[in-house]
Amino acid sequence: MKKGRTGQSPIGTALVYVLCILLTILSIFPFWTMLMNATRSTYEIQERAVALLPSTYFMNNLNILLGKAFNPWRGFMNSMIVAGCATLLAVYFSTLTAYAIVIYDWKLKRAFFTFIMAVMMIPQTVVTIGFYQMIYKVGLQNNFLPLILPSIAASSTVFFMKQYMEPSLSKEIIQSARIDGAGEFFTFNRIALPIMKPAIATQGIFCFVNTWNALFMPMVLLTKKEMYTMPIMVSLLKGDIYRTEYGSIYLGLTLTVLPLFVVYFLLSKYIIAGVALGSVKG
Amino acid sequence: MKKKGFSYAKWGYIFAAPFMIAFAIFMLYPVIYTLFIGFTDMKGMIPDSVHILEDPLGNFKSILSDALFKKSLGNTFKMWIWNFIPQIGLALLLAAWFTNDRMKLKGKGFFKVIFYMPNIITAATVAMLFYSLFSYPKGPINDILIATGVLKESYNFAVDGKAAQMTVAFIQFWMWYGYTMIVLISGILGISPDIFEAADIDGASGFQKFIYVTLPNLKTIMLFTLVTSLIGGLQMFDIPKLYLDGGPSDATRTAQIFIYKKAFSGAYMYNEAAAASIILFLIIAVFAAILFYMLRDKDEAALHKIIKAQEKAYKKKMKEQEGK
Repeated sequence: MKKGRTGQSPIGTALVYVLCILLTILSIFPFWTMLMNATRSTYEIQERAVALLPSTYFMNNLNILLGKAFNPWRGFMNSMIVAGCATLLAVYFSTLTAYAIVIYDWKLKRAFFTFIMAVMMIPQTVVTIGFYQMIYKVGLQNNFLPLILPSIAASSTVFFMKQYMEPSLSKEIIQSARIDGAGEFFTFNRIALPIMKPAIATQGIFCFVNTWNALFMPMVLLTKKEMYTMPIMVSLLKGDIYRTEYGSIYLGLTLTVLPLFVVYFLLSKYIIAGVALGSVKG
Repeated sequence: MKKKGFSYAKWGYIFAAPFMIAFAIFMLYPVIYTLFIGFTDMKGMIPDSVHILEDPLGNFKSILSDALFKKSLGNTFKMWIWNFIPQIGLALLLAAWFTNDRMKLKGKGFFKVIFYMPNIITAATVAMLFYSLFSYPKGPINDILIATGVLKESYNFAVDGKAAQMTVAFIQFWMWYGYTMIVLISGILGISPDIFEAADIDGASGFQKFIYVTLPNLKTIMLFTLVTSLIGGLQMFDIPKLYLDGGPSDATRTAQIFIYKKAFSGAYMYNEAAAASIILFLIIAVFAAILFYMLRDKDEAALHKIIKAQEKAYKKKMKEQEGK
């Protein structure tokens, strides 16, 4: 009896491992198949669609892929511009807004914070049509600005920054900077921002990945092929032009996820920690 | 000296201003504009003069009586629930195991990284990847199912509505259970170890602890997961759009795909699309309100915590003022 309470039964533990390994296979299998098939010919894929080892048709697939509408380099650069700029704006201005709430005492401060929490709950869907019409009227479709600028008001990022800033940034430091004659902006940029670095890194990763992956707004606003971001570029793979070029389709998909894999496996520690802190809105 | 706090107040407004301005332009105005469009006759690729309808609720009425909208809404709910129930179930199970010290599981960090991985990959790519994996007559999934004897001959998953819905739900599940698991793990780790110790002393088994200690203490965080998943799930778009573009015969058409197609294809009915998005918003708001209401009563403990923290802050403030 007692043994069952102090130690876990080995069979139970074994079952847990089996399930975890099955789930690992489930996570990896689709991407593995994608990687392998990216190097295989259409004929090979039609003969046997699952392969554990690569073949030799990588260059061939690449030539077919690049010979048509799909332009991964363009998509990569466009996504880099949009996601990079949006991330910079989001982390800088969110930290600034959090600073306004944490450091200063102003009348509407509490109401403002409640308001930010309410904004987090507004679903994107009710913004879309009005946003599109507004952008259309000022003629900014096929422009990256409407995809970048809204990130100045990233409510969930502000929320996270505020939660992080409260215990880690003491008012005394700010006070002493003031006594030394530092201006308010200078104090923020030189003292608050460096202290916030860990939070900025975590939030930066999530902002970047979220903007990088966004499909709806870019698809609605960008109609020119040379403006396509990576996720819209993906939809080109489904068109008739690649109908039977299975290897090329898998290769195209591989190219769109490669940057994310690199980011993920370099920073997975911080990403997992960030999720645990409740920083991502699902 | 004492007046200093007062004279700095304007900087609070200055630093919060960019957020407010961006919010007003990119969110508040579009939301109001969407609402306005919902009452007008705005349609056509390039809408000319826009008027408020004689029957201001006309768009809402036609959307609410639109069978396709109802079907899209039903599909969205179905696919969300089929993804959410297994997702929270598996996530809870894994979270309980991963936080169980007695089990001494190895490789927890590795499993977390692997289980969360699909979440970070572009949903558009994931949808296309699964489209390729499920391809017919020859494709990885069909090959495996035939090799393992589940199927006798290839099955065309893309023409069967039910199968398509299940696949979309499965992809959502696959992308999100790792995220939910990590959130729940941090929730369990946040429970005071004293409670678990007390349960240990009382001789509770692992299963009993899970039922009587872990689950009740996870209520808040599970409701949070439920609300965020619902808000996201009811706006499901990327996966069903790129997987089968809402097909076959509208089986995977979600509310958001309905709105997209209303506004940006066919007759470009911006007015009806706006009305549909407002209705979707109201549905989400009602569900969120119900869930928050359920949270309210049972969260007295949290409220006490807040009050205590405020008292503490107040006392600290008083002390500071005394110090000055």
